[in-house]
Amino acid sequence: MTLVVVGASLAGLRAVEAARRTGYRGRVVLVGAEEHLPYDRPPLSKAFLATGGPVAVEPFHSEEVLREVLGVELMLGAPAEGLDIGAREVTVAGTAVRYDALVIATGATARTLPGARTLRTAEDAVAVRAALDRGARTVVIGAGFIGSEVASAARARGLPVTIVEAAAVPLARAVGETAGAALAGLHHEAGTELRLGTEVTGVTEDGVHLAGGEVLPADLVVAGIGAVPATGWLEGSGLVLHERDRGVVCDATLSAGAPGVYAAGDVAHVANPLFDGHLRLEHWTNAAEQGAAAARHALDPASARPLEAVPYFWSDWYGHRIQFVGTPVADEVVTAGDTTLYRRGDRLVGALTVDRPREIMKHRRRIATGAAWADALAFAGTA
Amino acid sequence: MRIEADRGKCDGLGMCEAMAPDFFEVGEDGTVVVLDERPGEEHRQDLAAAVDACPVLALKLT
Ligand SMILES: Cc1cc2nc3c(=O)[nH]c(=O)nc-3n(C[C@H](O)[C@H](O)[C@H](O)COP(=O)(O)OP(=O)(O)OC[C@H]3O[C@@H](n4cnc5c(N)ncnc54)[C@H](O)[C@@H]3O)c2cc1C
Ligand code: SF4
Repeated sequence: MTLVVVGASLAGLRAVEAARRTGYRGRVVLVGAEEHLPYDRPPLSKAFLATGGPVAVEPFHSEEVLREVLGVELMLGAPAEGLDIGAREVTVAGTAVRYDALVIATGATARTLPGARTLRTAEDAVAVRAALDRGARTVVIGAGFIGSEVASAARARGLPVTIVEAAAVPLARAVGETAGAALAGLHHEAGTELRLGTEVTGVTEDGVHLAGGEVLPADLVVAGIGAVPATGWLEGSGLVLHERDRGVVCDATLSAGAPGVYAAGDVAHVANPLFDGHLRLEHWTNAAEQGAAAARHALDPASARPLEAVPYFWSDWYGHRIQFVGTPVADEVVTAGDTTLYRRGDRLVGALTVDRPREIMKHRRRIATGAAWADALAFAGTA
Repeated sequence: MRIEADRGKCDGLGMCEAMAPDFFEVGEDGTVVVLDERPGEEHRQDLAAAVDACPVLALKLT
């Protein structure tokens, strides 16, 4: 029996760990495009960009632990190039690797903009950090979570930073318009200039060119404009890829529709019984939970059960912790102080908090159990 | 069985609480509070899941 995991980051690592935890003793091959051992991404835009932060990106486990304790055969710096679901083979660096069980965990790649940097990998983080160390004047394109964290890191060093965002309200897709507008206020308070409803036409040596003709001078330009599933290697494999972004379409058990093949993390569109429809999430917890489940299901398909996890993510800006659970797609949104609640029908479906760490998981549980809206409002009012 | 939480490491993300709410809660200061430090053996599976869910590896079962 051979388990092959393609993608050596969070979801892939959790897959390998979960496989061993179930008592599986067979062969495990972990294939990764990056040269690095699996490492964690959230710190790249947080602790790693701070003055006095860690200087090197540390892996989750040493190579020794991966090889000796977890018994993993590593194929790093070697992207998978193709998948043959009939022969049950993955092509890696020209050779065929046979699998009985396969977990696809190739994540997503940052969308790029010529002249601007991205922040997705360890190399990206080293480059952004070096520019901040040199005291860069920074322009961030895109007021999403990663762009906002970069701005936060720059302000923490007292450096000037401008965020340019095409939408009139930032984060509308992630948290809805009301909360997005409120979060934008954190940028103002911290002295980050936020240009909303502003299109970027290009980036040159002179800086960032705006649609109106204005040029914002910059030493560091970071594009935080989203990420696309890394599925080029799956084109033509017969797996169903999502029509919009080519992510791997999975059922609620993470099955990608071919024998033994499961997908997890940023790459996967997963049917979600709680929120009707398919969700592709780019959240840490989602990747960790799905990675583990995908490996268990791939090794023992008879045990596969639908996942019913409530989405959760956090972000840290200017010393504030933003936490979100559930979905922002709602009939009504109510904000009370630092908590925003999202209603669909008579149920609570989402919650956003700023600096209320005690509450967020309680909201998550309420969402999971289909709590009534009135109860959720009462809890938020008294908490 | 004993739960050990390294509150210095804990980042208050609450994953442990999400997995095992009877045993963990994130406190007002944003770090974890262990509600029952000596749980019975029958909870091992739930607790192992909570320990594994911690993003910063702040929890240990001994
Ligand atoms: C800077 C940053 C900060 C973040 N902060 C937060 C946060 O605060 N909170 C939160 O909830 N989430 C956060 N996230 C999101 C979270 O990190 C991701 O959801 C998570 O990393 C997804 O894990 P993954 O394993 O699915 O994919 P990835 O981490 O994208 O890993 C996929 C891996 O597969 C490899 N790969 C790609 N193609 C191939 C191939 N053909 N063959 C082999 N390997 C391949 C890639 O090189 C990569 O190493 C952040 C992300 C970034 C980039
Ligand atoms: S999961 Fe870890 S970091 Fe999060 S609250 Fe629990 S112990 Fe702390």
